[in-house]
Amino acid sequence: MQFNFSEDQEAMREEVRKLLAKESTSRRVRDVLESDRTLDKDLWQLLADQGWQGIAIDEVHGGAGAGYLELCVLAEELGRTLAPLPFSSSVFVAAEALKLAQETPVVSSWLPKVASGEAIGCFAIAEGVGGAHWGALKCVAEGSGGAFAVSGTKSVVIDGMSADFAIVAAQTNGTPGLFLVDLMDGGVRREHIDGIDESRPLACLAFDNAAADQLGGVGPAEIDQLLDRAATLMAFEQLGGASAALEMGVAYAKERYAFGRQIGSFQSIKHKLADLYAEVELTRSNCFMAAWALSSGDASLAEAAASARLSASKLYFNCAKENIQVHGGMGFTWELDGHLHYRRARLLSAALGGSTYWRERLLTALSRRNSSDTRAA
Amino acid sequence: MNFDDTPAEAEYRQRARAWIEGNTFDFRGEFVSGKNFDPIRKWQRIKHDGGWGCLHWPREYGGQEASQIENLIFSQEEARAGIGILSVANSITLGMAAATIMHCGTQEQKDAHLEKIARGEKIWCQLFSEPVAGSDLAGIKTRAERDGDDWIVNGQKVWTSYAQFADWAILVTRSDPNVPKHKGLTYFLLDMKSPGVEVRPILQASGGSDFNEVFLNDVRIPDANRVGEVGEGWGVALTTLMNERAAIASVFPTNFDDIWSLTHEVELSNGPAIQDGAVRSMLADWYVWHKGMDALSLRLQSALSQGREPGPEASAGKLLLGARRQQYLEHAFDLLDIGGAATSAYDDGALQFAYLRVIGNRLEGGTDEILRNILGERVLGLPPEPRVDKATPFNEIPVGR
Repeated sequence: MQFNFSEDQEAMREEVRKLLAKESTSRRVRDVLESDRTLDKDLWQLLADQGWQGIAIDEVHGGAGAGYLELCVLAEELGRTLAPLPFSSSVFVAAEALKLAQETPVVSSWLPKVASGEAIGCFAIAEGVGGAHWGALKCVAEGSGGAFAVSGTKSVVIDGMSADFAIVAAQTNGTPGLFLVDLMDGGVRREHIDGIDESRPLACLAFDNAAADQLGGVGPAEIDQLLDRAATLMAFEQLGGASAALEMGVAYAKERYAFGRQIGSFQSIKHKLADLYAEVELTRSNCFMAAWALSSGDASLAEAAASARLSASKLYFNCAKENIQVHGGMGFTWELDGHLHYRRARLLSAALGGSTYWRERLLTALSRRNSSDTRAA
Repeated sequence: MNFDDTPAEAEYRQRARAWIEGNTFDFRGEFVSGKNFDPIRKWQRIKHDGGWGCLHWPREYGGQEASQIENLIFSQEEARAGIGILSVANSITLGMAAATIMHCGTQEQKDAHLEKIARGEKIWCQLFSEPVAGSDLAGIKTRAERDGDDWIVNGQKVWTSYAQFADWAILVTRSDPNVPKHKGLTYFLLDMKSPGVEVRPILQASGGSDFNEVFLNDVRIPDANRVGEVGEGWGVALTTLMNERAAIASVFPTNFDDIWSLTHEVELSNGPAIQDGAVRSMLADWYVWHKGMDALSLRLQSALSQGREPGPEASAGKLLLGARRQQYLEHAFDLLDIGGAATSAYDDGALQFAYLRVIGNRLEGGTDEILRNILGERVLGLPPEPRVDKATPFNEIPVGR
């Protein structure tokens, strides 16, 4: 039993944090947020030079062959700096979808490109509001033998503007599955949609008989598994963002004076921040449990991932909003970074589905677990 | 990151489980909170004689020099066998008094007390809080005055758990009222059989009597029973308190299994409770908290196993426990509707007892408000409140009623 990251993993965190503190600055987040750019390409390349996109992809597919725990560390650090990159879409979702699929030419050709950062993937699952409920997809895929054509509209697609390919959820004869569509091919129309966080631009993807490769062996159970994996990794990204927002509030509470004293000396501020600190540690604990289940392949991943997801979504929102509150009027200005976290918190809570959806997933998993326990007994 | 047993840990768990199954006893009729401590002494003695007592202590004091992880595994197996409550009830003796003696005591004190504690011969209590000094613990008034090789102690302590059963106590006193409050304290080990010690149980809001008032009238304590230097009792007391918070947070259950069963048994007007949307939402949030608390406790244990003392982080676990446990128990009662007003409505009144006992969770071992100060100041590094009493000699600090 060891309930924390290893010394090697913590040493890696130090390296990552140092590099990101220098390179992944809030200036660069704003450069994407305030422009038509869809990502920070130089930063993306910098990550690729470190091999980070492929850290949890095996060496056969061009990755570093490290484990999920290293990817969790990376996710947390990227979250801290609000990196304006499609990392979660490409690495947490698209790469994991390819890893879940049977080894076919589509996997062996695309996965190495994701690992090297050469290709960026996005996750096209939602079809409007309430999009995570993928049980009744309108998007259809027709074809056979792996070669399909997809038709339908996917919106919103996070990081859809910067992606080279999409993992599209569509149904074939009523059964949901996942398909890879090269977004540079014909039959794909892509439009930018204004979003809450323009440092991670959104797209609407319209497919009209677009050529698609089926991800073999991926059915409803595997889609659930994909969401559990992605939710675990993203929970670390949310945890990182939340910690950074809290630290920002704490730093301000120490330097700002009112009524002749530092505002952090007032219990109204101090206790608010203390409560958030306790919440951060609770969420971190939920995240650890999920990271362990993910890295060890434990059957509790469904419950653990949902718990980490619910905990992290709530936490990031709380830390982002209270950081702004501690800053007073300054917190409501464009100039302060508070709103960057507030925006990102909402975006990440929406990506992969909202808390109502995840609560149901959690209870379904618990009921399943409970009835199988009863059977075993 | 590994929440699984290693092969060696799994083997240890098997041995622990087998030993506990062979040595556990039925104490339900005997052990009623606030009434009888014999089963607690008995279980401690059985563990010690069987080679399973005070697992992580040095052998010279009656321990087994096992790792913290092995200690944790044994606790988990005790809980699984339903006898964990007896060790938990002894946590003031083991987790606080013994831990403080181990860290701060003299060799003579260690030799005199630790092995007796390990053998279950001595139960300890904690004489810290006073009627006017709980959260503001450094404001205690119980006076210790030097008299030759002894100290004479006078004052009143309160909220002392299990003082009615205790053989010995850890005690904080004021030895010098002429210096600022944190600097005039001295820490002692007190034989509860000493003349002048009077214990009066307090009837709690929950109906039980875990807590007591303890009056000290001209109680004589040999200087050999002093822990730490004269005037440096505050530092010793902090060692005790950090251990206390780590202990409390891991002692109380999160009650998730109770509420899970309840939602499957109760019928609401629109069907089984488990099918109700609002109930499902509450259950999901409760589970997330419950699993998070589990993992947080394991993280603290893991830190301990790597040789770290329980730090201010342990306060986070305790802060996260009380208020939320209280809120969720309120939800559980609501499910029972009118019937929930009756003690017998569910599980022999266990829920009702928890609902009343949880009040104490937010007060004992540092109130929620004090814990927030500790987290804010000692973990986040926020500035303290301006304090009128910090540099003032204790006997010049303004007092109210």
